[in-house]
Amino acid sequence: MSQKVRTIRATPLGWVIWAVVVFFFVNLAGVVLSVLVSSFGTKWFDTWFPSGFTTQWYGDAWREFTLFHVIVVTLLVSALVVVLSVLVGAPAAYVLARKNFPGKRLVYLTFLLPILMPPITYGIPLATVLYKFGFAGHLSGVVLANLVPSVPFVILTMTPFIEQVDPRIEDAARMLGAGTRSVFLKILAPLLVPGLLASAILVLVRTVGMFELTFLTAGPDSQTLVVALYYSMSAAGIRAQQSVDAMAVIYTAMMLVLLVVALRFVNPTQLVARVKEEPSE
Amino acid sequence: MSAIPQQTSQPTWQHRLAERGVDRRLWLLLPATVFVLLLFVYPFLYGLSLSFQPANGGGVLANYDKFFGDAYQRDTVATTLKIALPAALLNVLAAVPIAFRLRGRFRGKRLLTTILVVPITLGTVLTAQGLLNYLGPTGWLNRILLSLHIVDDPIRLTNNYWGVFFSLVITGFPFAFLLVLSYLSGIDPTLERAAATLGASRAQRFRRITLPLLAPGLATTFLLTFVLAFSVFPSAVLVGNPAGSTRVISLAAYQAAYEQYDYSYASAIAMVMGAVELVVVAIVLVWRSRLYTGSTGGKG
Repeated sequence: MSQKVRTIRATPLGWVIWAVVVFFFVNLAGVVLSVLVSSFGTKWFDTWFPSGFTTQWYGDAWREFTLFHVIVVTLLVSALVVVLSVLVGAPAAYVLARKNFPGKRLVYLTFLLPILMPPITYGIPLATVLYKFGFAGHLSGVVLANLVPSVPFVILTMTPFIEQVDPRIEDAARMLGAGTRSVFLKILAPLLVPGLLASAILVLVRTVGMFELTFLTAGPDSQTLVVALYYSMSAAGIRAQQSVDAMAVIYTAMMLVLLVVALRFVNPTQLVARVKEEPSE
Repeated sequence: MSAIPQQTSQPTWQHRLAERGVDRRLWLLLPATVFVLLLFVYPFLYGLSLSFQPANGGGVLANYDKFFGDAYQRDTVATTLKIALPAALLNVLAAVPIAFRLRGRFRGKRLLTTILVVPITLGTVLTAQGLLNYLGPTGWLNRILLSLHIVDDPIRLTNNYWGVFFSLVITGFPFAFLLVLSYLSGIDPTLERAAATLGASRAQRFRRITLPLLAPGLATTFLLTFVLAFSVFPSAVLVGNPAGSTRVISLAAYQAAYEQYDYSYASAIAMVMGAVELVVVAIVLVWRSRLYTGSTGGKG
């Protein structure tokens, strides 16, 4: 086959499928754009578009919701969660990728459970425990709670990357006299940079977007952007609708920046499994 | 291979353990294990034992009696399942034909998958805000329907069941699609070509080759989408009707913990929630274990 790029052939079923996809995207665009337009609008009642446009809501939102502080907290929490979960998760991923040992299935299941459980289910007991030991209500509690799904996530995403590294490279390094530490720092770490970046960025996106666990453990000073957004929405009526929209747009912009960065390093389908592309003959 | 005999007094038992995979490298597992035990297993067990110690006295099972004895609380289980199961099912079923069309390479695939990731990152809160604006009585959708004379009065799509359902589809469908796409790409395309060479039609190839290989992946996708839909919380409050038709179980647990400050009762509700979810997971897993899981199938 000389043709590498396959074009989509249009069968009747194909048209239906494309129509569904387009319908989904049109509505999705409507959802996102309605927030964006509203955040720049002056007054918007019963008309197609607002009667005028302004940027004042951004200033209002910035002041009213102390967004600077909230964004600093969000970035701090995310950075701490990323660093800690990679430090804890990557070595475990290495062992699970390379070794067979008694009880491996049990260990693996225990690491999987936090991802399979709804966050509220373990979030409430976890928050209770964190309150008991005085972590909750502070930044430390938010970070600890967010680590619970992040560490297993790092383990899951790192394992296939480690499996791809030929174990004979490590054996060769050991033969030549490298100790465990130098095998890790000089051989594995450089080879695993793509995997480390991928899992770090995915954890970052998840942490910035994580609502439930942060909501359950955050105090007034440790709210992240999503949680602040939720509070401003559920207290609707007190504040102008548009400044809530402005805050939502700021949140989306932040997420989009992260996403664009993330997609430079990971393939979207790589979120879950390695992809075997059709062989190009 | 990694079992380098150590210069110690007892090389034999170390050697024997190493042959079974137990050597010093297992220590690398320690931080993650301690972490999961401290922050996941311990709180979970603590919550479980707390749920058997009712705050207001009563028997061991008083919290559970209270939950199942009160129709307002008991119904949250059915409400949650009524929202989560159809949403998860729709997401998976819609993802299969679309992913099937879009597997392999074509121009713009990366762009398409990129756009699909966006709703996942929007998160439930922004989706809720957008749905309120877009689907509301004076939102764009109703304006279009009214100006095309499809409906005479604005249709109500927010602050009820449908608002929550749409929010679950918007965040859940792209997730399901990407998973199904990656499972489909994991199926060796030469198998289908072999079937075509042997004279199988397009429908036969899908039914006899692709679908059986894809089924375990579909089960996994359904589970993960279901878990997302089952823990629906912010959208149930913001675009739903949190006092009535979308009073989901996570809301009941939250109210017990943070409005009544009854952590024992809240833990009991959380345990019920976990149990209901695990029952669904177990049913799907049992069904999945009867399917073929070979090396050519999707991973998982």
